[in-house]
Amino acid sequence: MDSGDAFGFSRRGVLIGGSAAGAVLVNAGPVQAAPATGDVPTIMPVSLEVNGKRHDLRLDTRTTLLDALREHLKLTGTKKGCDHGQCGACTVMVNGERINSCLSLALQHQGDKVTTIEGLGTPDKLHPMQAAFIEHDGFQCGYCTPGQICSAVAVLGEIKRGVPSHLQEDIVAAPAASNHELRERMSGNICRCGAYSNIMEAMLQVSGESA
Amino acid sequence: MKAFTYERAQSVEQAAAAVARKPGAKFLAGGTNLLDLMKLQIETPTHLVDVQDLKLDRIEETPEGGLRIGALVRNTALASDMRVRRDYGVLTRAIVAGASGQLRNKATTAGNLLQRTRCPYFYDTNQPCNKRQPGSGCGAIGGVSRQLGVIGVSDACIATYPGDMAVALRLLDAHVETVDPQGAQRSIPIGEFHRLWGDTPHIETSLKRGELITAVTLPRPIGGRHLYHKVRDRASYAFALVSVAAVFQPDGSGRVAFGGVAPRPWRVEAAEEALPRGAEAVTAQVFAEARPTADNRFKLQLATRTLAGVLAEARS
Repeated sequence: MDSGDAFGFSRRGVLIGGSAAGAVLVNAGPVQAAPATGDVPTIMPVSLEVNGKRHDLRLDTRTTLLDALREHLKLTGTKKGCDHGQCGACTVMVNGERINSCLSLALQHQGDKVTTIEGLGTPDKLHPMQAAFIEHDGFQCGYCTPGQICSAVAVLGEIKRGVPSHLQEDIVAAPAASNHELRERMSGNICRCGAYSNIMEAMLQVSGESA
Repeated sequence: MKAFTYERAQSVEQAAAAVARKPGAKFLAGGTNLLDLMKLQIETPTHLVDVQDLKLDRIEETPEGGLRIGALVRNTALASDMRVRRDYGVLTRAIVAGASGQLRNKATTAGNLLQRTRCPYFYDTNQPCNKRQPGSGCGAIGGVSRQLGVIGVSDACIATYPGDMAVALRLLDAHVETVDPQGAQRSIPIGEFHRLWGDTPHIETSLKRGELITAVTLPRPIGGRHLYHKVRDRASYAFALVSVAAVFQPDGSGRVAFGGVAPRPWRVEAAEEALPRGAEAVTAQVFAEARPTADNRFKLQLATRTLAGVLAEARS
């Protein structure tokens, strides 16, 4: 099946295309500060560097970073779970730090370096965290997994940089990657299948390798 | 989400003027709360002024020996700063007790102060809510109010200020520095920043239209042992039912403030003299004017017990 074609003709694609076309008529001329009132969309340019590649986009101002990645760049590895920052499925790294891409406008990321699951590794050359998730069965249905893996990679970076956590008794001390520490730091990523204990095993293995 | 226009302001003055000039305009910092509310059409700004380029992301020492925290310092950066961890530990502890790692990486100091309540009736646009739609009534009064306020509330609204960071800032006597659209600066004591809203629950802070937070300042460190205990429905990533921020000095004196109980961080300085006599002596004064509902009356006992836990840890 040619999934690209199927995607192109999806209802959502048609809707996005339709609203963008309408906006261009209204907003002819400079993109900046057209008097958008009511439900007239405003289209603005934004450049993102995603997984090392620069993309110049023109987006409805309402487009979240998540929707820019999925609907415009077709990087559908990043998942939309709750779309309200509660589940973590949309976690990506921006300039090296993990964020919820659903709670950020694409326009807020002009010039930013975004890393998605597609940028971490490839089927031929897995990121160590991807390999560890497979080895330890760190998922069942897999929907939350790209967010879990992006978060997990970033968490180990945060521990290395000394970012403190709620569990630390001595908040001045350098944190360590224990099972409980990782659980606390991963609490923004929900897994409905309950693969948590295996995710912790995968993370502990990678943190041991990189220590 | 309703359509809006967008600009990135290049100066504090430009940002404040832009929001003051356009009805329906709002500042955008991290956006973690604002975008959530825009998706639900609880917030419907027609213009967003992104303030991320204003270079308000530094933490500097003040001539008085305190710290000046830029409005755009991310929660993670603030909690991680070694001066904060060492001298204002209760602030680090409060920040890392809130939200998730992803949110703390994006959320800013000023935005955290301005986050809206998580009252379920505020979030459900099918329900009346005087905060969301002034004059429509309050679904929470007589409704499900387990999470909601027990003190400082009104007949119009029993929501709480939900955050953790501000509870520690209240304890530390922080000030909120602002610039208004005319360029005038002022420094607001944190205790006067969040309003007791009475019959105007849609007005939550003392900020004027277009007034922009530029920094939060901390006075000189006060020493002592810094603690933050948060009681919630799960071990991580949940809002407080009750939280207690406290600093204890070796002579037994101290400060204490409560979160999750009121429209603002709740601190009654006069009650702090009672700390050497135990938790109950303190909370009897702190919550003397409490107006709990049947659903959230338990918070009063929980506040006493949480403070008792904090006192026990301080003595250990």
